Amino acid sequence: MGAQKKRAAAAAAAARVSEDPDDLARQPLQAILLADSFTTKFRPITLERPKVLLPLVNVPMINYTLAWLEAAGVAEVFVFCCAHSKQVIDYLENSEWFSQPNFTVKTIESHNIISAGDALRLIYEQNVIHGDFVLISGDTVSNMSLTQALQEHKERKKKDNNAVMTMIIKKSKPSPITRQSRLGTDELFMAIDPNTKQLLYYEDKADHSKGTICLDKMLLAENPSISLHNDKQDCYIDICSPEVLSLFTDNFDYQHLRRHFVKGLLLDDIMGYKIFTHEIHSSYAARIDNYRSYDIVSKDIIQRWTYPYVPDVKFCGNRATKLERRGMYRALEIEQSRSAQVGSFTVIGYGTKIGSNSKISDSVIGEGCTIGSNVLIEGSYIWDNVIIEDGCELRHVIVCDGVIMKAGAVLKPGVVLSFKVVIGERFVVPAYSKVSLLQQPTVHDSDEELEYADNSSGTVEFSSIQGTADQSNGEMTSESSEAHKPKLGTGGVGYIWSICEGGQEEEWRHSVAPIPEDKLTELSEAMDDDQELVTQDRTALSTSGELISDSNASEGDDNEDSKDDSVYFEKEVEATFLRAVEENVKVDHVILEVNSLRLSYNMTSADCAGAVFYSMMKLAIKTPHSSAIGLLTLYPSPFSMVASNAYPIYLSGELQQNTANIITTWQKLLKSYLLEIDEEIEIILKFEEMCLESAKEFSPLFARILHILYDKDILQEDAILRWADEKEGADESDKVFVRQSEKFIQWLREASEEED
Amino acid sequence: MVAHGRQCKIEGSQATARQTAELLRSVISQQRVPYTNQAGALIDAVKAVGEQLIAANPVELAVGNIVRRVLHIIREEDLSLTTAAIGELNLSAVSDDENDDDRDGNTTLSAAAVAAAARSTLRPPSLQTLLEDTPVSAAVPQTSSSGAADKSSRSRKLKHDVIEAVNELIQDIVTCHEQIAEQAVEHIHQNEVILTLGSSRTVSEFLFAAKEKKRSFRVFVAEGAPRYQGHLLAKELVARGLQTTLITDSAVFAMISRVNMVIVGAHAVMANGGVIAPVGMNLVALAAQKHAVPFVVLAGSHKLCPLYPHNPEVLLNELRSPSELLDFGEFSDCMDFGSGSGSPLLHVVNPAFDYVPPKLVSLFITDAGGHNPSYMYRLIADYYSADDLVVQRRAIAGN
Repeated sequence: MGAQKKRAAAAAAAARVSEDPDDLARQPLQAILLADSFTTKFRPITLERPKVLLPLVNVPMINYTLAWLEAAGVAEVFVFCCAHSKQVIDYLENSEWFSQPNFTVKTIESHNIISAGDALRLIYEQNVIHGDFVLISGDTVSNMSLTQALQEHKERKKKDNNAVMTMIIKKSKPSPITRQSRLGTDELFMAIDPNTKQLLYYEDKADHSKGTICLDKMLLAENPSISLHNDKQDCYIDICSPEVLSLFTDNFDYQHLRRHFVKGLLLDDIMGYKIFTHEIHSSYAARIDNYRSYDIVSKDIIQRWTYPYVPDVKFCGNRATKLERRGMYRALEIEQSRSAQVGSFTVIGYGTKIGSNSKISDSVIGEGCTIGSNVLIEGSYIWDNVIIEDGCELRHVIVCDGVIMKAGAVLKPGVVLSFKVVIGERFVVPAYSKVSLLQQPTVHDSDEELEYADNSSGTVEFSSIQGTADQSNGEMTSESSEAHKPKLGTGGVGYIWSICEGGQEEEWRHSVAPIPEDKLTELSEAMDDDQELVTQDRTALSTSGELISDSNASEGDDNEDSKDDSVYFEKEVEATFLRAVEENVKVDHVILEVNSLRLSYNMTSADCAGAVFYSMMKLAIKTPHSSAIGLLTLYPSPFSMVASNAYPIYLSGELQQNTANIITTWQKLLKSYLLEIDEEIEIILKFEEMCLESAKEFSPLFARILHILYDKDILQEDAILRWADEKEGADESDKVFVRQSEKFIQWLREASEEED
Repeated sequence: MVAHGRQCKIEGSQATARQTAELLRSVISQQRVPYTNQAGALIDAVKAVGEQLIAANPVELAVGNIVRRVLHIIREEDLSLTTAAIGELNLSAVSDDENDDDRDGNTTLSAAAVAAAARSTLRPPSLQTLLEDTPVSAAVPQTSSSGAADKSSRSRKLKHDVIEAVNELIQDIVTCHEQIAEQAVEHIHQNEVILTLGSSRTVSEFLFAAKEKKRSFRVFVAEGAPRYQGHLLAKELVARGLQTTLITDSAVFAMISRVNMVIVGAHAVMANGGVIAPVGMNLVALAAQKHAVPFVVLAGSHKLCPLYPHNPEVLLNELRSPSELLDFGEFSDCMDFGSGSGSPLLHVVNPAFDYVPPKLVSLFITDAGGHNPSYMYRLIADYYSADDLVVQRRAIAGN
């Protein structure tokens, strides 16, 4: 009795925790199950049947949630029903959930609730929750054990009364492509205190175009350490203290659990309530939020990640199903033609008939379906009692109960056929279209907040439309069918919904169809950019890490490393500098940033000086080709000496001018690293190197720029003279620049002698 | 009552077996027995519940075993009562309404049939029949002492006897570890090296028992991937002061030459002497055979399954969650269904059990002593009635 064992363990754990008598640990664990998602993502299907009753691998979703709650040791579940509440209640009453020992299911019904916040306020008014409770929506599949999370929650609660909620999170790959292709949601950013596991920041709608997220600096000020994650997945399972309900009541504008409540608590620190996280590793938890996650979770179930909630284990009165080789699940009494090919990872429901030469792969077929011959079904979800006539093709589609597809009809990827739609002969339903017997609600607000209102009105609409739909159903053959004729082919019944606000552009994100090739490349390109940054960062970090540890032992050994390092360092400094120029950052700040880079790469100030100088020169080269004038206007600085000399080559004149400009603007930055003469020599050497290798444009200007540097007090004459002396003994080839600036050096020598 | 069936998600055959037996006992005690065909009514009731229990957890063969054991008990008790009654019939020549008392509702019990049945109970005595006959023979004098064979008292008598016998069965299940462990000293000798795989309570009790008898020996524990229960076993053994070496499953072949005996637990023992055991066991058995090391399987009698492994009714394996093998977060990009053709290239299969053929097993140690694999069918004939083997199939056909 796994459940009972767990329960006993949970009780024991709770008993250990609760030494003080008035602790509520003895209280049986309660749960609130929201049997309404308060969104419209599953339309048009949800106009006729509530989301929680939609079959997920041939079992209504709510059963997975209830079975898990029972196994996790929850004693009492309040199922909150809103849209189609009657259907939910009828279903539960006829199911076995009402007759379980040690597990009571109670329904709370309301019709005028438009958000999760309202629902929780209503439950608070009813005063049925006495202790900690699990908050979950009826579309969550999980097999995790609650024991540990619950114990952690209780311990925290005992220490700190403000720890009101524990959120369950799960690791996933931090790439946007996986996120998109697995759950169809945007990237989620969380900041978590690695020691206490407190959640500090939650952002599920980060702006991707900018590629930035904004953290309140107070977060950094107040917490000794923060880890920022984009590799976590929110499981939408929360362990809450009773305060959560009263919080909803106090803040009557909280509607959405995450967008309002979690973010609200995190931002508003007046009350000081805290949210913590609990990460699960080996167990599974996911919420079905849209068609894509419906597809993904179904496949996870078929691949048994949700074990024991898999089709061949009876967990909630599902029909006996046998698992055969290559992940084929087959219920009893299936009639399958010998020539039909049923591929791997398929589920075929009770009493389904499959005709000859039909091919089925990666699909779920419900109960009592009739599939003709030469039918092709790939990656599709076909619910109960569907009739598919000969020669149809279905790829990556959802087909609801009672649909009839006449011979030769084709469904393109991403199509959703709602209940009892009839598709005419040889009709091709275009990709991503949604077909329903009900007409699309005409009032459609694109405003997210009004989505809730929209949904509740949807239920009203539904009742009125239902009548007409039935009528049209009845008179299918007469005049009404003619109206549909042009839409769904001969004998077709139903309306194709026009694609709503997001347009075709967004449809691919949430559909059951695999992401089209071009979108995939788009995503992976975005990902590659990210990855480049990441790898760069990583190598940089790791090498620097190595350096720190190595430098104590032997510095001479890792010449190779330090060479790599200095290249990275130079690049980083250049990037910092360019950004500073672009964004007009103050010199002091740049100095600060370069200093921090210097520390992290373990560089000397001579390296810094070299790198900064290098980047300044680079900038000088770039500017004449791009926006010399712009730069001039941006950095109007008085300079006298350049204009005095007219140069034969206009470009080099401009280059010199630019160089002078830049040096003038940023001399403070450069000077901050020129503490001693060594650094100044380093700059000259660097400049020489540049002229020889990377920036030959400067070579004719060497002497003049040297002069500028001297004029701006960046280089002292000692440094220049020492450089000249050093070069005395060098090869002829190395002496090019010494010779070029011979006059200048001569002049310097004379000047110094005069002073003496 | 029936709802209980669903909860049978229990870890461990012993606990399952015990729960099943207790559940069936309460079914029997609540079943109202008609005047005629009492045994038939009881059998039908037990079968109905048993069918659901088996369907609730087809992988746990112990459930089916216990259901069949209880059915067998009912038949045996009925038989012994009938023979006693016939003895009385012969003596006092009472009316022949006893003849209505048939076994399965389809064959009228003639005197010849009774005699045949009586003979079948008196088949060449094995240890088990002798043991099981004791309570029956103890019950018979009571019947005669109660005087006239009143129907109502007889019906109560049958129920009572059956419940008694089921209680004994439960007792057997509870004490099976001790009974197996008692034999430990006979098998483990001084300074031997024992190898085991994974963790089994029977095995650990067995080893502890030998240790308590002052035997000093060493144990190699193969960790038993992917559940790594061998780690727990190693911990327990060390806590009891046994010299323990932990190895990976793949190192078994390398270590087997130093091993004197392999002692493992089983999930179920089939009628042909084949063993269904935690995954990896076949490897160990093959290694043991290669080096002529005795391969000993410990199994409580509730694990003896009257079915053959080729029987389609026997669901031999259970595929568990891939999360035991790899981390979902780390591999979530391999599970990408949303891109490409929609089916992932990585499949993870995590079977829970292995099948070890009988020729690889040297000895079975059950609570009734040590047996050869070829003797298993005999033990099974003692515990089960041939009529009950198909309980499930008949139930499905009738569905």
